[in-house]
Amino acid sequence: MLLLTLLLLPLVGAALLAVWPGLGRMSAVSLATVWSVLPLVLLAAMQFQHTGTGGGVMAEWSLPWMPDANIHLTFSVDGTSCLFLLLTSLVTFSSLGLSARLDIGNRAYCALILVMQSMLCGVFTARHFIPWFLCWEMTLIPAYLLIRLWGGVGAPRAALRFFIVTLGGGVSMLLGFLALQLSVGTMDFAALSQLAAHHELTAGLGRAFVLTGFGGHALLTVVAVAVLLGLAVKIPVVPFHAWLPDAYAEAPTPVTMLLTGLLSKMGVYGLLRVFLPIFPEVLPSLAPWLTALAVATVLLGAVAALAQTDLKRIFAYSSVNHLGYCVLAVAAVAATCADHDAGAAAVSGVVLQAFNHGIIAVVLFFGVGILEVRSGGARGLNDFGGLRANMPVFAGLMGLALLASLGLPGLSGFVGEFLIFYGVFGLVPWSAAVSLIGLLLTAVFLLRLIRKVFHGPLRPSIAKWSDLTRSERWLFAPAIALIIIPGLWPQALLQFINGDTLRLLELLHPFP
Amino acid sequence: MAEALHPHLPCLLWWVPFLPLLAGGIIAFLPNRLGRLASRLAIGALFVSCVIALAAFVCTLTPVEEGVPFRLVTPPLTWFTFGDVALQVGLVLDPLSAAMAAMVAFVALWIFIYSIGYMEKEARFGRFFGFLSLFCGAMLLVVLANSLLLLFMAWELVGLASYMLIGFYFEKPSAAAAAQKAFITTRVGDMAFFIGMIWLYQQSGTLLFYNHGHGLLESGVLSSLAGITTVGGLTVSAATALLLLVGAMGKSGQVPLHTWLPDAMEGPTPVSALIHAATMVAAGVFLVARTYPIFGIGGLQSVPLTAAAWIGGITALYAALVAMAQTDIKRILAYSTVSQLGFMMVALGTGGVAVAMFHLIAHAFFKALLFLSAGSVIHGCHEEQDIRRMGGLRAAMPKTFITYAIGMMALAGFPFVFSGFWSKEAILHGAMNWPGGYGPFLLAVSAAVLTAFYMTRQALLVFYGVPRKPGVHHPHESPSIMLVPLYVLAAGAILLAIVGTPAWPWFEEWIKGEAATCHPDALMKPDALKLIGLSLVIVTLGVGASWKLYRNVSGASDAPDPMAGKLAGIWKFLEQAMGFDALFEKTIIGPLAFFAGAIDAMERQIFVPLMAGGESFIKRFGRWTGVSDEKGLNDGFDSLCSGLQNRADSASRSQAGKPQGYLRAIGLGMSVLLILYFWLSA
Repeated sequence: MLLLTLLLLPLVGAALLAVWPGLGRMSAVSLATVWSVLPLVLLAAMQFQHTGTGGGVMAEWSLPWMPDANIHLTFSVDGTSCLFLLLTSLVTFSSLGLSARLDIGNRAYCALILVMQSMLCGVFTARHFIPWFLCWEMTLIPAYLLIRLWGGVGAPRAALRFFIVTLGGGVSMLLGFLALQLSVGTMDFAALSQLAAHHELTAGLGRAFVLTGFGGHALLTVVAVAVLLGLAVKIPVVPFHAWLPDAYAEAPTPVTMLLTGLLSKMGVYGLLRVFLPIFPEVLPSLAPWLTALAVATVLLGAVAALAQTDLKRIFAYSSVNHLGYCVLAVAAVAATCADHDAGAAAVSGVVLQAFNHGIIAVVLFFGVGILEVRSGGARGLNDFGGLRANMPVFAGLMGLALLASLGLPGLSGFVGEFLIFYGVFGLVPWSAAVSLIGLLLTAVFLLRLIRKVFHGPLRPSIAKWSDLTRSERWLFAPAIALIIIPGLWPQALLQFINGDTLRLLELLHPFP
Repeated sequence: MAEALHPHLPCLLWWVPFLPLLAGGIIAFLPNRLGRLASRLAIGALFVSCVIALAAFVCTLTPVEEGVPFRLVTPPLTWFTFGDVALQVGLVLDPLSAAMAAMVAFVALWIFIYSIGYMEKEARFGRFFGFLSLFCGAMLLVVLANSLLLLFMAWELVGLASYMLIGFYFEKPSAAAAAQKAFITTRVGDMAFFIGMIWLYQQSGTLLFYNHGHGLLESGVLSSLAGITTVGGLTVSAATALLLLVGAMGKSGQVPLHTWLPDAMEGPTPVSALIHAATMVAAGVFLVARTYPIFGIGGLQSVPLTAAAWIGGITALYAALVAMAQTDIKRILAYSTVSQLGFMMVALGTGGVAVAMFHLIAHAFFKALLFLSAGSVIHGCHEEQDIRRMGGLRAAMPKTFITYAIGMMALAGFPFVFSGFWSKEAILHGAMNWPGGYGPFLLAVSAAVLTAFYMTRQALLVFYGVPRKPGVHHPHESPSIMLVPLYVLAAGAILLAIVGTPAWPWFEEWIKGEAATCHPDALMKPDALKLIGLSLVIVTLGVGASWKLYRNVSGASDAPDPMAGKLAGIWKFLEQAMGFDALFEKTIIGPLAFFAGAIDAMERQIFVPLMAGGESFIKRFGRWTGVSDEKGLNDGFDSLCSGLQNRADSASRSQAGKPQGYLRAIGLGMSVLLILYFWLSA
């Protein structure tokens, strides 16, 4: 029941905002900001109730929807889900807090963000394809409208492209799962992974589509590719990323925070929780392609970021680069699980990297938002200079996030990258070696950003800007804490996921 | 005393790096006006660290047994677990780390004290001490770490502290650029280190150096590493050692990753003394010394040691050549640091850990002394750094002159009383007897001659002759808070000589775990006599030539250097440090910018159209399914869409509700598929 409440709570908030016409614009934002952290309370309660150790299922809720077709609305929370739910609430909270600071948004805006929060919670907990996919697609509508209605000049076009392309990915994924339902009669993730473990997916597909003349393995490959396409568009993986820079740049900054902090994580989550457990039979044949694409993503993200002059575009490409490491680790695990420890490192690294990237992105886009507030909308790399002189606290916090982003030990980014590289090197060494170039270039464009924005002589035009106010500091605080604490004490996050990691590896084990 | 302390050491040891780190963390939250408090906090924390480090040092003086050096390993702590693998970290105390930790804490303490005087008028006085504390804590962690991962993390943190301190005057574009350059150049090396570390971890399953026989540097793992062959016919141990060496090259400014170090002189002078001369830049050398068992598999002629010897030799000669032609007092010392680090690499490659570490520690004392004396000169000359505009300072700053002269003579290798003489002698001894050839030896000898030459040149131009600065000019002696540290370091530069002579090679035997014995006859062996003679010739040549050229240099500050006429084009080339910066600009930075532009263009010209193609395909698909079922269905998607349309009201009207249309169309398409499915499966 706790879980159902958690899923519906943001929706209730959205409904409340929708039916309360007298609510002022800014009080609506404040209400939504407070509301967005309520799920955390439920999450804490769930943690408290849960007595078992080593992760495991903390809460579940299920409703038979179409029992004849084996369709159940099944949701459950385990350690990995828990981290993603935590991230969802934090990013939503920060996004709404920044909206208040930027003075944008109204009742509809807040309601849409809360709807999105609810749907994201659904994505991160659903255990059956139908509820998962419904939530997955339903995040699109608020996202589209938020970009479209509150974005910049080019927003309509960017929003439309974002919408259509990701929807296309969704359709491809749906077709893939329908084929599975048709052949084995279920779309439940756990059931599918069990079938896969007994090689019944290939057999089932082969029987159901015998008329096509293809073998079961080939058919399963097609299905896996179709599912992968849907995930790849969302993360995004090269060459399906071209919607991203425009969408990120044109969206209002709080929405960009949501896009990069949460929507991209849906794809990573899907790779880990859906793609890997269900398709172990065809993973080795797909892995080389996925590895190549992941390396391309890492490199392209880093190199393209070097050429950008818009802060949001720099961070957009930086996101492409950082999530590329997640894809790389998944690809490595897909290629082989010969080395169990390396596999565990790669899988743990994916979750840590996804979580940390979300938190770091919050701070970075928060910083862009602050600059926009102070400058009245400017956010070019060359529009500032010397800000550390008059905004030392702001420069310090941004510096911390930027250094965490480039993987400085002691801050959150490092452990994730260490685990990913350890895992990938143990499984597919060459790709780790090549991806190091990405790691190096990240430092180049992030340090250049520090130099151009914060260092150098203070420009007279910006010399009067004030440092962060007290309320702004408080908005930064949770994310900063979540950059420092897991950096020094990674176990804080890893203890949630170690059990899940081992279970996932067990599923992959029969397919060396 | 040592016995009483022993049981508490594993716990106490953690405080050595932790206290300065803690002080740095606290200072980060102190406002600027509490700068005095910050400096006291930093010095207090470091003082306690230093006391513990010295006590730990004393504990290591007695070897466990003959030939087995003292080694104390703290119980490994589990930092985190992934899956069911626990990653452990810990600290180790052995002669290597004890000597280094004691040196770092001791030298740093005096540099902290000096900084109170030097940075007195700085507005961000407290911040400066915060960064210094962060640096010291991280550096001590590098030294004491018993885990390659912990070492790497601390290594990156000293890099961060170096970045912050080079860019301390961040308003200056040159300082900001130098800081960025330092971070990125060393990061090139760090990436190699990183992958080398991961490789070692992957092969051995541990990152602990010593762990009761299962550690990375213990025989079991080493022999397994040596047994696997990988790319290019190298063993894994050689390949990983080479990667670690690249990391060391970045930090320790070896050619071609040295270009950041001279630029790092943009930082305040105490920083140059502490970080970019005495301690951090030596971390690369320390890394090789720490992981020496991996490097040394296969003896002194192993691939990684040969590489270290040659790279070190080339670096030593290159930097000594360039130092001859520099005019900035700090840049001369910076190139001299690069050159001396090259010597240490030669020592590692040809002579072993003890030789390199002795030079490292001796160098830390006399180079810190030289930098602080140079700082005193700069301070006294009102921030003038060009040696052509100095001259005749001996009279105005007698105390600084004496300390500077001691540092200079130690660096130049004046015979017998100075530590630098004996440490250099040991290096040359090792290089001469190296079985791999005479290359590194000849490079080192030429570099040693040049060292004596350029140091004499600098001393003569600064302290002798007549004042050459145009206009009014009142140099003054520095306050005693800056002079006392100079005396202490000067004493160190001399006294260290006692423990490193061939007659009583205490340091070397202590590192090896042997009881130090006195054998004065070692000095009389023909081998040793030959080398001492050679060293004398080296110093006489270098100093004599320089004396002849620079003793009576012209009184005008813009007169060309006496050497410039003799060397003509080559002099220009040396002035520009042999054009490495321009070379990198042409071969790396330029092409990278071009490549980034090309990728950006590709994004716009290829990927975006590709995406547009996909978009129109999806649209057509949507329209097709939409048309075919326009009137047939009325399901949840439709009501959803109308709800959506209502909410989006005004603004979306300008788009004629297009995406809603697509959504509906695609929704219809999906419905068709669903129906198809139920029909098929019924």
